[in-house]
Formats: sequence, structure tokens, C-alpha cells
Amino acid sequence: MSIRERLSGNEAIATAMRQIEPDVFAMFPITPSTEIPQYYASYVADGKVDTEFVCMESEHSALSACLGAEAAGCRAVTATSSAGLSYMNEILYVAGSMRLPVVIAVSCRALTGPININHDYSDSMAERDSGFIQLYGENNQEVYDNYLMAHRVAEHPDVRLPLMVCEDGFITSHAIENIELEEDAAVKAFVGTYEPEHYLLNVNEPLAAGPYGISAYYMEARVAQAEAMKRAKQVILDVSADFEKTFGRSYGLFESYMMDDAEVAMVIMGSSAGTAKACVDGLRSRGIKAGLIKVRVFRPFPGEEIAEALKNCRAVAVMDKSEGFSSCGGPLFAETASACINLDKRPKMIDVVFGLGGRDFTVKAADSVYSRLLDIASGGDIGPVYSHLGQREG
Amino acid sequence: MIEIRWHGRGGQGAKTASQLLADAAFMSGKYVQSFPEYGPERSGAPITAYNRISDERCLIHSNIYEPDFVVVVDETLIESVDVTSGLKEEGAVIINSSRSPDELRGSLKGYRGRVCAIDARKISMDCLGSYFPNTPMLAAVVAVSGCVDREQFLSDMETSYRHKFAKKPQVIEGNLKCLKAAMEEVRG
Repeated sequence: MSIRERLSGNEAIATAMRQIEPDVFAMFPITPSTEIPQYYASYVADGKVDTEFVCMESEHSALSACLGAEAAGCRAVTATSSAGLSYMNEILYVAGSMRLPVVIAVSCRALTGPININHDYSDSMAERDSGFIQLYGENNQEVYDNYLMAHRVAEHPDVRLPLMVCEDGFITSHAIENIELEEDAAVKAFVGTYEPEHYLLNVNEPLAAGPYGISAYYMEARVAQAEAMKRAKQVILDVSADFEKTFGRSYGLFESYMMDDAEVAMVIMGSSAGTAKACVDGLRSRGIKAGLIKVRVFRPFPGEEIAEALKNCRAVAVMDKSEGFSSCGGPLFAETASACINLDKRPKMIDVVFGLGGRDFTVKAADSVYSRLLDIASGGDIGPVYSHLGQREG
Repeated sequence: MIEIRWHGRGGQGAKTASQLLADAAFMSGKYVQSFPEYGPERSGAPITAYNRISDERCLIHSNIYEPDFVVVVDETLIESVDVTSGLKEEGAVIINSSRSPDELRGSLKGYRGRVCAIDARKISMDCLGSYFPNTPMLAAVVAVSGCVDREQFLSDMETSYRHKFAKKPQVIEGNLKCLKAAMEEVRG
């Protein structure tokens, strides 16, 4: 039986962690993810979990400690944000190449500068090529559910890759909303125990972890990692199907909202998708065929599936909540546009960079994007393919 | 859906008050949101917090620009912050003040809806012996907005206090007295 509760995103993640009870939690605090280790420390102090909780001197060290634990055969977790994730950068790539399924909870926050504590995806998008699976949630419920699925996906023998569970800093991490929690025993049964095939503390199988990869081997290792990322897509779908069977809530690689007959659509992520859905509801009530795709899995990117979902639209706006300074669009746009490149008939596509450093995204702002799409769909000028929304002039 | 905006100063507990309101609405069976607007946190600086209370899950995750109700925890804010900005005329602003609603209206940039005043300092000092504006402001917004049934609110809060103050039972009665007094004394 689900438990009706109200929790912030951070407390929801900490609760999921408590229920899963990893062997090691190595941490270094940073806003807005700090509450996650803070809650967890209280569970440790109260004797609710039997986890080795390690306070490190930096994020670089925190993730390194997780890697050591994972290589030894433990389930290890951490949480971070913004500059903390950037400081882990070197070790993120090591986690991917060592095929260690560490799970990081990321409360996504802008990168400096100017220095800013609020939400955008600068931090997680900057790590999109690090070899981590990335799951994004719209609200506390989805973040909690993603976390319950995270270890099973990451540790699956077909995958064995590290994974980030991303929530929107403050907007989700610090907002208290209703949530359906699952019972501790049901969560433990669903997630299962971690039984790695190869690990350092197995005396019967001596092995080297993270050795030098000369040119004769490096490329094979990278290709194997890339193939694992491709396989992760099916594993995510399988684990999600089992999750639905067990707990009743349904998840795919992305959510299609009012897409069946949509002529105009947004591709968007996280909490802003909820706000945009409210806008779609308003448009639909006026007979306008608007829809929305909310990307849950950004790595591996479900390109073929998204192209299939968008192919009958006339105009699509990809909403990027990070600025990549490519001068022709953000990372979500680059992925979505390239996914659609080989469609015989494809929609006109624009990129809208919005919500940087916590700039609020409203139903009215979403409405302005749909208005532009409707104009393009009816033969109007496409205008700038890459533009920004919500900034002051001058 | 009822949307509420709180104005306070850092350290006064406007964020906590918005969480308490969410708790009360949650206990009465509603879907709730309680979230603060964060910036550089400084004690005494103006801060904003928000509530959405609804019979269905709230999809929207933006700030609130056209609230049904506004709660002002610190009266001095009405000089520097446009507290009634976007406030619906059929709604109300509830201000922590010993002044009368008519006196306060003059400082409110022409807001034509209902203006309510509650002397949270006096109530808090009388019932608790020290100044915690949260409890009376919470009760005042419940009384004015009707977002939670009054009797259910009082009984839920009693349960919540008995749990929260299990080790300090002497403060439970004062807090309950505070809630009841505020519900009766809110003017306007």
C-alpha cells in the first residue's frame, strides 16, 4: 500500500535512499542538494540505516570514495549540485569507463557566473558526455520513482553504468508537495541487493580496476561503454514496466502529452513541463492542437522514439534550460534536431533557451512559445531558429 | 485552486508558515504546494513564499503572480514592497498590524479588495509570552481564506502539536490558544 505524504524533492530522495540503504554514502555539501546528506545523516544517527556515511573534503573526493566502494563490490551513492558536479568531472568519466554503477542525486543548479544558486541544467548538461545515464523528473513523485529504479538500471548486467537522478534545484528540491511513498519492505524487494559479477574484494578472482588503457585497448573499452549505453534504453523500459506492475505508476523514455493529433509541440524537461502542460490544457480547451514531449531519459537519448513522436507535427519548439554557447542552440535542441534529420517529412524546429539561473517560467511564457509555433505552422516566417525567452531587453 | 503569497523578512518564518499551511491543507485531504523564492539569504531581507492548495495535483511550478490571498508577516514591508501586486480583488490581503484595516488601506497602492489586519504580536505575547508571528498569521489566513475547514484545522493542528512538541507539552496549550484567538480577532 502506498503511503500518502507531503515531502520536498530532497526529502523524497533521502527517503528513497533510506529505503534502499546503500552500503556507502560519501558526501560533500552544496546548495541546493545539501539537505539530502543532511537528512541521511539523521537516519544514520538515529540507527535507521546501516550505511557507511563518509564526510569528505571535496566533491572530487566524495565521488572517488564512491568509486572505491563500488569497485570493492558495494552499492555507493552521493548527492551534489552545480560547481560540485563540475568538480566531480574527472571522476565522472572514470566511473563510466570503470563501469561502476554509482548513483548521484543531482539537484540541478546554474553554474557560475555570475554566481547563482538557482535552477537550470548548466551543471547536468555539462556532464552529458561523461558516460552517466541521466533521468529527469517533473516533480517530487517522479524524482522519488526515478530513484527507486536507478540502482536496478545502473547495476543491470547489460548496462553497468553510473547514473544521475536529476531534480530541479529549489523548484523541486525545496518545494513541498503531495507524494505517494512505497513501503520500505516493498522498495527493498523491488530494488534487490547488489551482486556484482566482478569486484576487488573477491579473493577468488584477483583483478585490476582502472588500469592504463593503451591505444591497442582504449577504443575497445570506449565502444563497449557506448554499446552498454545503447542497451540501457531497453533496460530502462523493462525496469519501468516492472515498476508499473509493482507500484502502479507508468514511465517511459519520455512522456507524450496530447501528442496523438498535435500540430505544434514543445520538447521540454523537468518541472517546466508541468507548467507547459497547464498551458497545453488551456490551448486544447480552445480547440488548438498543441502537445508536449517531456524528456525523462536524456542519456541514453531516445532519438528514434522522439523523432517518431514528432514526425507529424508542423512546428516544434525545443526548450533548453542551459546555454551551451554553441551560437546555434542548446544541447536538447542539438539532440532533438539531429534525431529528426533523416525523417522524410519533418517539422519546422526552433530552439528556445529559457529559465537560466532560476528565471521563472510561467504558463504565459509557454503560451508565447505556442503562439509562435502556431504562426510558423500556418506558413509564417520561422524567425530566429535559436533565441532566448524571458530576459530583459538592453 | 487557491493561491497564496507570503511576504516576510528573512528569519521571521514566512517560509515555515507556508509549510505549516501546506501541512494543515494536506491533513484535510488536499493537494498542496509550499515553496519559497530563494535568493541570497540575509536575515531581515524581504522574502517571498507561496502556497497552492487544490483538489487535484498542481501541475504549475512557477511563482504566483495573481494570488487569491496575500499574507504580510512584517508590516514595514508594505512601504517597500508592492505586496498587493496582482492580488485578485475578490481575494484579501492579511497584514500583521495593530492598525485598523482602513488605516492600512492607504498604504496599499489602491488595492480595492478586502484588507484584513491581525495583531499577531499582541496575540503571540498574550498566549505564548514571546513573539512568534507565524502561528497567529497561519490561523488568520485559514479564517479569511476558508481554504481549510476551521474545526478540522484546529483538531489537525492539535494532533500535529502533540507530535511536534511531545517533549515540550507545556507549549501546546499556548499555541492552540494562539490559533483560536487569531481566528476570532482577525479584523476586516
